[in-house]
Amino acid sequence: MNTVYDLKREVEKPERLTGGHRLCAGCGAGIVVSGVLRALEKEDRAVITNATCCLEVSTFMYPYTAYMDSFIHSAFENSAATCSGVEAAYNALKRRGKVEDIVKFITFAGDGGTYDIGFQSLSGAMERGHDMVYVCYDNEAYMNTGIQRSSSTPRFASTTTTAVGSVRQGKIQNKKDLTEILVAHNAPYVAQTAPIGNLKDLHTKAYKAIYTEGPCFLNVLSPCPRGWGYPMAKLPEIVKLAVDTCVWPLYEVEEGEWHLSYTPKKKLPVEDFFRAQTRFSHMFQKGNEWMIEEAQKYVDQKWERLLERTGG
Amino acid sequence: MSICFSGNEAVAYAMKQINPDVMGAFPITPSTEIPEYFAKYVANGEVNTEYVTVESEHSSMSVCIAAEAAGARAVSATSSCGLALMYELLYVAASSRLPITLACVNRALSGPININNDHSDSMGARDAGWIQIYAENNQEAYDNFIMAMPVGENVRLPVMTCMDGFITSHAVENIELLETDVVRKFVGEYKPENYLLKKENPLAVGPYDISAYYMEHKVMQAQAMKMAKARILEVAAQFEKISGRHYGLLDEYRMEDAELALVLIGSSAGTAKAAIDKLREEGVKAGLIKVRVFRPFPGEELAKALSNTKAVAVMDKSEGFSANGGPLFAETRNALFDQKERPYLIDIVYGLGGRDFKVEDVEKVFGRLKNIAATGEIGPVYTHFGHRQRGEQA
Repeated sequence: MNTVYDLKREVEKPERLTGGHRLCAGCGAGIVVSGVLRALEKEDRAVITNATCCLEVSTFMYPYTAYMDSFIHSAFENSAATCSGVEAAYNALKRRGKVEDIVKFITFAGDGGTYDIGFQSLSGAMERGHDMVYVCYDNEAYMNTGIQRSSSTPRFASTTTTAVGSVRQGKIQNKKDLTEILVAHNAPYVAQTAPIGNLKDLHTKAYKAIYTEGPCFLNVLSPCPRGWGYPMAKLPEIVKLAVDTCVWPLYEVEEGEWHLSYTPKKKLPVEDFFRAQTRFSHMFQKGNEWMIEEAQKYVDQKWERLLERTGG
Repeated sequence: MSICFSGNEAVAYAMKQINPDVMGAFPITPSTEIPEYFAKYVANGEVNTEYVTVESEHSSMSVCIAAEAAGARAVSATSSCGLALMYELLYVAASSRLPITLACVNRALSGPININNDHSDSMGARDAGWIQIYAENNQEAYDNFIMAMPVGENVRLPVMTCMDGFITSHAVENIELLETDVVRKFVGEYKPENYLLKKENPLAVGPYDISAYYMEHKVMQAQAMKMAKARILEVAAQFEKISGRHYGLLDEYRMEDAELALVLIGSSAGTAKAAIDKLREEGVKAGLIKVRVFRPFPGEELAKALSNTKAVAVMDKSEGFSANGGPLFAETRNALFDQKERPYLIDIVYGLGGRDFKVEDVEKVFGRLKNIAATGEIGPVYTHFGHRQRGEQA
């Protein structure tokens, strides 16, 4: 990789995820996928895996595929095992002289397919140590089926299965910290990133994940206009607010070493992030001030703990 | 070469001789020994297979699907709940037209949990689009596994080779092995036309298939299963040349002039043959049809084989809970419908969860058939056999 990141040069590379796919305007997933794939060296081939998700049904509707590389989708909960199976075949065929060139293995799955139903498959593949990258594009709910809560959905968020009513208002539990769980797998490279600004953070981390030997994991915040309730054009602002409020801190863990990738110049209050999305609108109703307070307290605690770990 | 092997070791040995590219390995009784034997071959460098010790059967089948799609030959082994956990992916494998080979060591499905033999596991997967070939004994378990890839890879369908848990998988018998170079030549190299790792032409597998295309894909899949019948016989004929052992879709035993017959699957055939020999000495015109290939179902062949019988008992080693008889019965009755002359037909569900089925039990069934043939009174068409009646002590 060139030492200096240059977005202009990067976007001039031939696209590996072509236009014409059916993802919504204002969705983070397409930007995440093309951003990650751009980190591949031009001459290297890749086999891409998808879990069943918005991305999969939008990028490979028979007989059209948006991927320039080979691609496999098999089911919802097994994208890590599927990717590991392709990698296993590569090792076998390479050993037998049937494949010679460099091929990289990258999986994309949503938070439902990663935090929930695909969790076991992911944990197994990471433990076995396949040379692969697992990318979770985290949009914090089951969006493909119409916005149902997952274990990644943040507390208080309204989804179709954490409805806002007179007795209950949004999700009861906090979001599962999957990135930390993946760090506990002793994977050589684990990072949390987002399609922010000129995509440098995403690109740099994707490059490291792809070119670090062994099982690497990227957790990428990927806003969903339908599920989160923001105008399509506001996608970059939503991402920036998530990062500047420390709701979604950017960091990486290389061989067990924690590094903070970004410290906001001014840490914004969480309500700035919440106010921009309809999924949190009930938090601003009279009498619900405690929700914002609780959410702020939780984000602060997590942030302080991350600062301790990264020595920031 | 003659050797004393359990069914599991026979299949593991066949796998070693084939030296597949990838194996998905996960333990479940009674198939556990297959990945265990294979692990030793890997550890001793006797194979150079990529041996993937997954965290579940679900991942085992996922690995096989991905590996096969990537251009590799993939195998696995499982039983009972393991096969049930693969259920979703069995369909994915078949519809993606990936010729994976899976050794299914038949065991009862939970619940309650039971580790012994019946056919509820593979019968539960009978409509998943896999070719299913059942072994009567250790020799057949070995032979079937060797024939599986030339069949599956030709019609592009996955193959499940089944044997009875413990009865076949763990009992040790003398079997004839083929030389490894003979096996390798017979099985050949896996050369798919398109695969994920092919450099010249990237491939996309597993689309979202809308209603404008889905049905065409299913029809093609159904046609492949129809074609599999001829291919199974073709491969069996080639196999006979290298082994001297003959295989068909069905195995007919003393059927030439049989008036009374059993139709069954698997190791019970051995028991039935012993009983039939005894009954023949007593002058009873008894015969047996062992269904070796259940998918594709040899309906025409079965109807023909039963055409001169008077009374037939279909022995189902799985329940099915249709309230109308077991799966083998449903297929057999279906196959007989177009015949002008049909035998009297009953269904007997037996041997569930390892319930023993002895020579004298077979004789009892023939006793019932004899009565039916003589009187024309069938009695209840669908019954269970070998279970205690209410109040009877265990």
